[in-house]
Amino acid sequence: MSLVFDAVLCLVLLAGALGVVTTGAARPAVIAFIGYGLLLGLAWVRLAAVDVALTEIAIGSGISGVVLLRCVRALPAEPLTPAPNRMLKPLAAVVSITIAAALAAVVLALPEPAPSRAADVAAALPATDLGNPVTGVLLVFRALDTLLEKVVLLLSLVGVWALSRDPACRGRPAPLSPEPAPAPSAFLARVLAPIGVLVGLYLLWAGADHPGGAFQSGAVLAAMGLLLVMGDQIRTPAAESRGLRLLLLAGPFGFLAVGFAGWATAGVFLGYPPGAEKAVIIAVEVAITVSIAVTLGLIVLGPPAGEERP
Amino acid sequence: MSALLVLAITAPLLGLVPLLLLGPRTGERAALGMLAVNVAITAGIAERVAQGGRALGYVVGGFAPPLGVGLRADGFSAAMMLMAALVLLFTGLFAMTGPGDMTRKVKARGSAGMPATFFILLLSLACALNLAFLAQDLFTLYVALELLTFAAVPLVCLEGKAGQLSAALTYLLFALFGSVLYLLGVVLIYGLYGTLDIAHLAGLMAQGTGGATAGAALALMSAGLMAKAALFPLHLWLPPAHSGAPPAASAVLSAVVIKAPLFLLVRLWSDLAPLPLTQVAGPVFALCGAAAIVFCGVVALAQERLKLLIAYSTAAQIGYLCLMFPLAASDDGPWSALAWTGGTLHLVSHALSKAAMFLAAGLIAETMGHDRLSGLGGVGRVAPVSVAAFGLGGLSLMGLPPSGGFVAKVMLLTSALQQGAWWIATVVLVGGLLAGGYVLRVVVIALQHPDSDAASGRGLPDARECRWRALIALALAFGAMLVGFMPLAPLPFLDIGRPVTWEGLLP
Amino acid sequence: MTGALLFGLAGAALVGCGVYGLLTAPGALGRVLGFNILGGGVFLMFGVVARRGAGAGFGADPVPQALVITGIVVAFCATALAVALLVRLCAVQAEAARGGDGDKET
Repeated sequence: MSLVFDAVLCLVLLAGALGVVTTGAARPAVIAFIGYGLLLGLAWVRLAAVDVALTEIAIGSGISGVVLLRCVRALPAEPLTPAPNRMLKPLAAVVSITIAAALAAVVLALPEPAPSRAADVAAALPATDLGNPVTGVLLVFRALDTLLEKVVLLLSLVGVWALSRDPACRGRPAPLSPEPAPAPSAFLARVLAPIGVLVGLYLLWAGADHPGGAFQSGAVLAAMGLLLVMGDQIRTPAAESRGLRLLLLAGPFGFLAVGFAGWATAGVFLGYPPGAEKAVIIAVEVAITVSIAVTLGLIVLGPPAGEERP
Repeated sequence: MSALLVLAITAPLLGLVPLLLLGPRTGERAALGMLAVNVAITAGIAERVAQGGRALGYVVGGFAPPLGVGLRADGFSAAMMLMAALVLLFTGLFAMTGPGDMTRKVKARGSAGMPATFFILLLSLACALNLAFLAQDLFTLYVALELLTFAAVPLVCLEGKAGQLSAALTYLLFALFGSVLYLLGVVLIYGLYGTLDIAHLAGLMAQGTGGATAGAALALMSAGLMAKAALFPLHLWLPPAHSGAPPAASAVLSAVVIKAPLFLLVRLWSDLAPLPLTQVAGPVFALCGAAAIVFCGVVALAQERLKLLIAYSTAAQIGYLCLMFPLAASDDGPWSALAWTGGTLHLVSHALSKAAMFLAAGLIAETMGHDRLSGLGGVGRVAPVSVAAFGLGGLSLMGLPPSGGFVAKVMLLTSALQQGAWWIATVVLVGGLLAGGYVLRVVVIALQHPDSDAASGRGLPDARECRWRALIALALAFGAMLVGFMPLAPLPFLDIGRPVTWEGLLP
Repeated sequence: MTGALLFGLAGAALVGCGVYGLLTAPGALGRVLGFNILGGGVFLMFGVVARRGAGAGFGADPVPQALVITGIVVAFCATALAVALLVRLCAVQAEAARGGDGDKET
């Protein structure tokens, strides 16, 4: 029975992906992409990877979808497209099918029994006092990757801000909509945001032992922040605000500080103090969640529009 | 366990804090300080590797690979790190001291707000490059490559002109395509061996268990790296991106950013892949390299803009590294070692000379107000130091003594001749002639009598080059020359720590 | 583990879809979507590797799961930067078309 479900899910997933790449118009393609992302999240659940499923739905489909939809609205309705070469599509189809077939053959040829690090993780996890092995890999065993990925996130915001018309990068982002928010969305923001924030905090709290964690939580919190902005409940912050900068830096550099402290407490960079591992790891998670939420939200809002003139 | 390896990655990041929190002037000074610290750290690593005669290692978080992530510096990575750190520091000084294109605007607008995005990107580049040269885990290397891309792409479009934006977008799309291919290779490797640590993988792969899938994984990763390094035929994004950027940005992009994927290509095929596989792949790389040298060299000859000419020359020069692969993998004792040294030395000397040439071209364009070759007649009179830096850097591209490019190319040539690879030897020589053609063309125009350009109605401007910054370009060109005083023999330093292993490095 | 295999084949097919999108997309937005589909396929294949490596009480090997989470975030960053570049490029081009005094130097 579950095999039938998986087969149907795979087929729908493929249909969605094909829809995205064959639809000529931008908006339907993006909407198809968001749906495809949700289905992909379902596939991750079926692969027993609930943490990944949450991340895919929150970031891969959710926040990415918002970014892409904003882009569709900002682009001219009919982009100038040169007449495509008639041979292009059949040729591309042949190339893609060949690649897919070759990869399918590779998947079928993967070795049995499959190599795995699960046993290593299981052996090392108890020392960290964490219940969720994925959080253990992200924040303990491969903490360096996670730390640097925070820097990537910060850097992509720097890249977006560098596209501001103001070379000094000041002011607030252009408003999401020129008109004041209609009453329903203000109402929605007031009602939904507190619930969403609770969900986000739960994801953060649960992440140590159950599926969830900083990214999923940060994405939900960012979405709630955007909801409040859209409902005119809060103003978007100015890029030069020192407090905002501190929030952006708290995650990556808090993490880095803990890494350096590891030299004193555990004798090694990115080591955790023996006995207090879990408390420190959760503190790091809180800091990076805050930064992720703020960074994701600001990336969606776009480059600051320059200093306001009174 | 050497803490210097950790500092090499983290120290540049610390420089971001003052840049994002304090005013631009303080931030810029702190950034330059950090770039200098970075040079000191990398020099320290090189010194220890040379002293100890073996690689340095560090296990992050105390979890040994394959569960954890390790850093490792051998002679090759130490040399690359030091070279990159020097180029970054000199470019930082160049961007700071004068009224540079990008710093002027920021400074003019007061002190609040985002200070000098350029320096944020420069420091991030330093972190990304050091990580790429040190990391021993294929996924950590993926993160390093992404960090590099995210720091490099905004550099292309700092001024926000339409041409720069579209070049940056093309660059980003190529780089992303490269990342995905690389990641696909990583997935297959993990599926085969359950580890991503290079030393462990090298041992597993040598047993030959992977079959065709292992070859496919390496091919995918290589294709991804080629897209990021702009290796022929995936070079199309490079000329607009590198020529359109502000001069200081062009210099780091052309000199060091593309060197990281090239370095990893060498890592992949000399340290990870088993020798028989490298012997199969070697000729393919050499063909791509030869095509790059000849094709991009000819295109460079035909350019009308100075910066585009230099950008095409970059696309041509990276071909030399690829010529190394079949020669180094031939298992021919000293001759393959000579090719290896020649190829890697070329990476270093090209970086220094190309940085010098882009900075010099930037100064020439600033002095004249444009960089059209037809209008540069007699520029040697108003920008003598810049023209000298350009010419000296060009020596290395042509492969004339005394220069690092000369030593590197003679090593490749000797190895090719000794191994009977006549076609590779021919390509080395033809590439040198083409480089001679496009470099001398610029130098001849620059040294013309300005009157000979009177027909076009353009005289020389009253402006003079900024001497301070021209000297920085000249210093880099001298650096490329100094590399040329290496003995014409395999360099033991570049061979320290190979083959890759954790033995004796773990606690 | 037939179910996992099924998703592996789907991952391979998604990679094919993504490549097709990258090759045929008329505009940059289409290429960004193609890149995302391609990335999704690669991640899914990694998920299958993880599922096949289930053991020691875990439903799937946690190491690839963590790497995929990192990968998804990096892919998002890439999408966001590409989109921001595209929007700015269109704005600059539109201005140039209106004013006719765009930067001809580039």
